[in-house]
Amino acid sequence: MSKYTLHINGTTKTVSVASDTPLLWVLRDHLNLVGTKFGCGIGQCGACTVHIDGEPTRACQTPISTLGNRKVTTIEGLDPKGEHPLQKAWQELDVPQCGYCQAGQIMTAAALLKKTPKPSDTDIDKALTGHLCRCGTYLRIRKGIHLAAEIASKESA
Amino acid sequence: MNDQHLENASRRDFMRKSVLASGGLALGFYFNSANSATKQIAKPSTVPETGIFKPNAFIHIATNGTVTLISKQPEIGQGIKTSLPMVIAEELEVNWKDVVILQGDLNPIYGSQSAGGSRSTPTNYEEFHKLGATARTMLISAAADILKVPVSELIAKDSAVHHSATGKQLSYGQLVEKAATLAVPAPETVKLKDSKEYKLLGTRIGGIDNPGVVTGKPLFGIDVQLPGLLYAVYEKSPVFGGKVVSANLDKIKSLPGVKYAFIIEGDSNLKGLLPGVAIVADSTWSAFSARKQLDVVWNDGTGATESWAGFTAQAKALSTKPGTEVLRNDGDAKAAHKSADKTVEASYSYPFISHASIEPQNCTAWFKDGTFELWAPTQNPEAGQKIITETLGIPKEKITLHITRSGGGFGRRLIPDYIIEAAAIAQHVKGPVKLTWTREDDLRHDQFRAGGFHFLKGGINQQGKLISWQNHFVTFGNKVLKDGKSTLELGSGANLSGDEFPGRWVENCLLEQTPLECNIPMGPWRAPRSNVLAWVFHSFIDELAHAAGRDPLEFRLDILGNKDFIPGTGKQGIPYDVNRMKHVLQHVAEKADWGKKTFPKGQGQGIAFHFSHQGYIAHVAEVTVSKAGVLKVDRVIVSTDIGAQIVNLSGAENQVQGSVIDGLGALMFQDLNIEKGRIVQSNFGDYPMIRINDAPTQVDVHFLKTEYPVTGLGEPALPPLAPAVCNAIFAATGIRVRELPLLKTDLSWS
Repeated sequence: MSKYTLHINGTTKTVSVASDTPLLWVLRDHLNLVGTKFGCGIGQCGACTVHIDGEPTRACQTPISTLGNRKVTTIEGLDPKGEHPLQKAWQELDVPQCGYCQAGQIMTAAALLKKTPKPSDTDIDKALTGHLCRCGTYLRIRKGIHLAAEIASKESA
Repeated sequence: MNDQHLENASRRDFMRKSVLASGGLALGFYFNSANSATKQIAKPSTVPETGIFKPNAFIHIATNGTVTLISKQPEIGQGIKTSLPMVIAEELEVNWKDVVILQGDLNPIYGSQSAGGSRSTPTNYEEFHKLGATARTMLISAAADILKVPVSELIAKDSAVHHSATGKQLSYGQLVEKAATLAVPAPETVKLKDSKEYKLLGTRIGGIDNPGVVTGKPLFGIDVQLPGLLYAVYEKSPVFGGKVVSANLDKIKSLPGVKYAFIIEGDSNLKGLLPGVAIVADSTWSAFSARKQLDVVWNDGTGATESWAGFTAQAKALSTKPGTEVLRNDGDAKAAHKSADKTVEASYSYPFISHASIEPQNCTAWFKDGTFELWAPTQNPEAGQKIITETLGIPKEKITLHITRSGGGFGRRLIPDYIIEAAAIAQHVKGPVKLTWTREDDLRHDQFRAGGFHFLKGGINQQGKLISWQNHFVTFGNKVLKDGKSTLELGSGANLSGDEFPGRWVENCLLEQTPLECNIPMGPWRAPRSNVLAWVFHSFIDELAHAAGRDPLEFRLDILGNKDFIPGTGKQGIPYDVNRMKHVLQHVAEKADWGKKTFPKGQGQGIAFHFSHQGYIAHVAEVTVSKAGVLKVDRVIVSTDIGAQIVNLSGAENQVQGSVIDGLGALMFQDLNIEKGRIVQSNFGDYPMIRINDAPTQVDVHFLKTEYPVTGLGEPALPPLAPAVCNAIFAATGIRVRELPLLKTDLSWS
């Protein structure tokens, strides 16, 4: 057991856990940030995606000891009011079915929109291919990202 | 916010839901859909609780106007938590923005709470209309009393009762205290709305939990947090039904964070509590880490010799022999083959596959003072309660089960194996415990979609008409004890009805089946049996159409013929409305410009239809296959007839598009191999699932409004997808796919 101080969603948290504990389980079991989901534990499904210094990263593949001072953003911290353009678009288009994978999809989509404010379908497919949606909401995910891009451009105008 | 505060908030949230759900009990009644006459199963009390109007178990209206509706069926992604309350809200004339929806706990007052077979909508639709209309009628009566005007001069709309002559209006919040004193009217006296007056039904309403989904709120079973919660894993034999001989429990107990490690003897029920080793620790990761050092000596049992290669060889050997059971024998198929102008023979096969719902199976259980409290992502809460009573001897009334949102169902969560495991572990542990399956557990201990083999022969006469059809279906069963006797029982979803199309449409038809014995657990997988039978039969019909030199649509319409309605026959009878099927088939063909488009080599259209779960569905798929053999589904057009009313247009469209993508994923990728009685694959690395880049570019969904009863949509839109795509691949390349998944067939062409 070691003590780790984490920078998460703009605040600082201290936890005592084994050094190989994946960030995923620190978030879920120790910090009650359960929006980040467990799907496969091997980095294949994308349900556990968070931002580490802005980069979409698999929390299940990130041992706590490797985090250092890097800043973690989870779905709970994506937008203080839960009004990120993607969160708005997802609700407007009713993207989710079961909804379990959507936090991960949104986190990767948010990073995509930062780098590519007007992505094409190909850009979207390339960025999101690491994410499984077992319910098959892929068509609405594509639409949702396009709509979020529109919302974001209107908001910044 | 500190941890404790969050835990408390989360605990409160779950508690609040259960309190409210049971709060309706005293006044509740439910119109039991199983009986033709509606009956009350709990008498309404005449003593109201102050400030809340509860005309039945599903509706609570508070003095501030908040309308709380209870969702009885589990939400697994099918949208039922939004759509059924919409039915009440429509009749109640309430503003949707005023509605709060809570998930009901398992409680007999709600009637059946299982979500399976696409039955939640058809079994509740009429009753939910009556529930809402009853409350509306009572609110109008209350307003009539207060305003001292006749009921006939009042109308309800926008969460208020209006008197147009005087312009007076009373909000529902103002009426609840009076309404709560009124007797509940008999259901048959309550007037339902004319469907032309619907404001909510048929519109696009977003899922009620969407705000929580997109902000990461605790909604799912795996998110349950309780004070003092412990975390469990459960290791079972890799060979199904294997027993624990010994395990290094002392070592495991010495590992960091481990609180308990013990053997559970279990039994041989493949859908129940199988033998295994439980590890309970202070965190999920402590439990996962300790498990890596677990050594178990197993007694594999009889299943250890089973393999997919072995099953395939057995099936092949049976292909030329008669089946052990005849499902249909009309005319003389064998003689008709001989007189046919052309015959086609083919064999089709498909593997066992997993449900792979994205939230791994989990359940939180708390055993205290001889009672259980459970939180479970389940499609079938009754089954969870029942198996605890049967296995652990705890009576039903001492089991409280909270239904959480499920991260996907697809039939997997109808089987309560993970619930009984959590309960058995919790019995050993002081305090609440959450069992979490790993993805490997989930993939290797599923209730699998059964594999199968079909050996088919069809005959065409000189006019190109289908005159004979023969199928020997080699399927799977488990040995089970029934009335003290060991019997081979067909796997769930591994059956075939003699009525299955084209079973009653071809004059010379011989359908036989032979089950292979296996020890592999089988369970319903979205659109059980239909999800593969439609692929086999509509692919083979396509082969016959091409052999006859006829258009695949025209050939199918000719087989369907001019019968209107065909009653079901035998114990698995399928009543079938031929006109409804022809209607959707012709509709989808028109929308797809069937036969009017020309495609270059490598592109093509395919068509298929299927009736299941009361839904009549036809698909046309348009595909591109590159010379290198890479498939891209460009467009799928779907026409459906599921009756007179689409409840939630957004949810319905999502279900159909999801079914198309799910069907395509199973077709393209999903495949489990079996060696030495073990599932070979372990996780999404070696068990690929469909991803966004393989999703179709476009899926057009058409809902045909008909005069028939409203039916469900979780399943029936899936089965026609695979044959439509495979028939399109044939049109594009001349390559016929006869084995699943698709990646086993080389689609390259030159």
